[in-house]
Amino acid sequence: MAKTVVLERKPLSLSERTYLPQIVTGLKTTFSNLFKEKVTLQYPEEKPVIPQGYRGVPTLVKDPNGREKCVSCQLCEFVCPPKAIRITPGEVPEEDESREHVEKAPEDFEINMLRCIYCGYCQEVCPEEAIFLQNEYSLSGYDREELINHKEKLYELGGTLPDQHYKWDKKRKAELEGNSH
Amino acid sequence: MMDLELLQVLLLKCLFAFLMVSVVMSMAGYSVLAERKVSAWMQGRVGPNRTVLPLVGYVPLIGPLLRGLGMFQPLADGLKFLFKEEIVPGHVNKIYYYLAPLVALVPALTTMTVLPFGEFVDSTGNKIPLILANLDVGVLFIFAVSSLGVYGIVLAGWSSNSKYPFLGGIRSSAQMISYELAMGLSLLPVFLWTSEPGSMVSSLSLVQIANAQDSSAWLVLVQPLSALIFLIALFAETNRLPFDMPESETDLVGGFHTEYGSFKFGIFFVAEYAHIVIGSAIFTLIFLGGWHFLPWINDPWPTSWIGTLLGTGWFLAKTVFLIFFFIWIRWTLPRFRYDQVMSLGWTKLLPLSLANLVFYVILITWLDQSALNT
Repeated sequence: MAKTVVLERKPLSLSERTYLPQIVTGLKTTFSNLFKEKVTLQYPEEKPVIPQGYRGVPTLVKDPNGREKCVSCQLCEFVCPPKAIRITPGEVPEEDESREHVEKAPEDFEINMLRCIYCGYCQEVCPEEAIFLQNEYSLSGYDREELINHKEKLYELGGTLPDQHYKWDKKRKAELEGNSH
Repeated sequence: MMDLELLQVLLLKCLFAFLMVSVVMSMAGYSVLAERKVSAWMQGRVGPNRTVLPLVGYVPLIGPLLRGLGMFQPLADGLKFLFKEEIVPGHVNKIYYYLAPLVALVPALTTMTVLPFGEFVDSTGNKIPLILANLDVGVLFIFAVSSLGVYGIVLAGWSSNSKYPFLGGIRSSAQMISYELAMGLSLLPVFLWTSEPGSMVSSLSLVQIANAQDSSAWLVLVQPLSALIFLIALFAETNRLPFDMPESETDLVGGFHTEYGSFKFGIFFVAEYAHIVIGSAIFTLIFLGGWHFLPWINDPWPTSWIGTLLGTGWFLAKTVFLIFFFIWIRWTLPRFRYDQVMSLGWTKLLPLSLANLVFYVILITWLDQSALNT
């Protein structure tokens, strides 16, 4: 067991008992603070620097070919703790050449921003890397309807992110070479 | 028919009074701004810098500068109080509720009548002090009237008929009574000192006290302990931190003005700052030499109206510094506990001011005797 050392407290000297020198020290501190750089951000004109890995508003992204990435597997809908996501699945038409690698795409994708808690589980769980929590943090609206982000809004917010894997291109190449699995 | 000369004098007096009130009131308004700005700077913030007036605000260079310093803010604050909805809670005592802000403001404005702020030397060499009413008991008058200000707070606390204002009112009256004594006692050595040795006349006039410091030591150097006790008591009397018992937001919500809103609250607010302005002016007059230059140095300005203006400006500069000091202390020290306030007042300051008085009585008697004997 650690040994307890009781520190002996010296009795206060006369000048310490008047508190006046201490007050003067305090005054010096506050006075030097007058000239220090201000930490306030003039918000609407100046925006804060968003750090890497920031979890802003969840958005849907397209791949570098401009194709919809989401295949409406609904994993995000299942994992979402506050049940903010609702997906209406839809089929990708057979004749769509550019998207023949996938069968499904969301008909509608709703994220209720009044429910969303910005946990980022949806981004984590997405097998297609189609949903990202990006830098946007400021959102407001006049009614509840306005704060439910639909598919178009989500793609507008998301834009296109660089793809690290080109999963479907690799798969297609493998298929053409005859070793698909 | 009325005498023309009398009418002239009356009109002049009214004009002077109007000027004085507007100067003190605008100083009170701008000390609110100073409080916000200085507190912001001390906390690493920027403070109010958004308010802007059309025309003036858009003049290049000056406009943005004034805007950045928040110079238009007091106007906006005042108008806000004026245009807010007037809410009177149902449980208050109406008469006293309405009376309280007035009782708080009137003493603050009345004391300024006996406040000298400069000196004019006319062609015959007579020194005419710039003052609304040159009372020879100026200090007594100020003490008598300014302690009436506590009635405003007590009335507000009582008439609000709710617990927090009530506690604020009680605390305030106890505090005022405790510190009034020390304040009065700390000033007695000052009067003894400024009275001419050997002469039969002594005066309580603020003009005379200020003039006694002309080209000699400021009284703060002669009597530092009196100055310290007076300053501490002044903080207590103006309800400034670390003595803001009546308000103490953290334990009494808003203290005595919890139930007040809109313009009535505004009046309390202005009264508080008017007290600070006048308190600073009094401290400047008594201990910092008033409108006289530096200790032991003759006033460098000419004996004409330019000199008068410079002297008044110098006096204002000292007062403004003291107002800054009030604000500075507020953002440095935490509030005392209520029992600490009481014990400091009764067991420390009062005996100390008595000892101070006795010491100076002996010292001045000895000095006077030796001056008379030689």
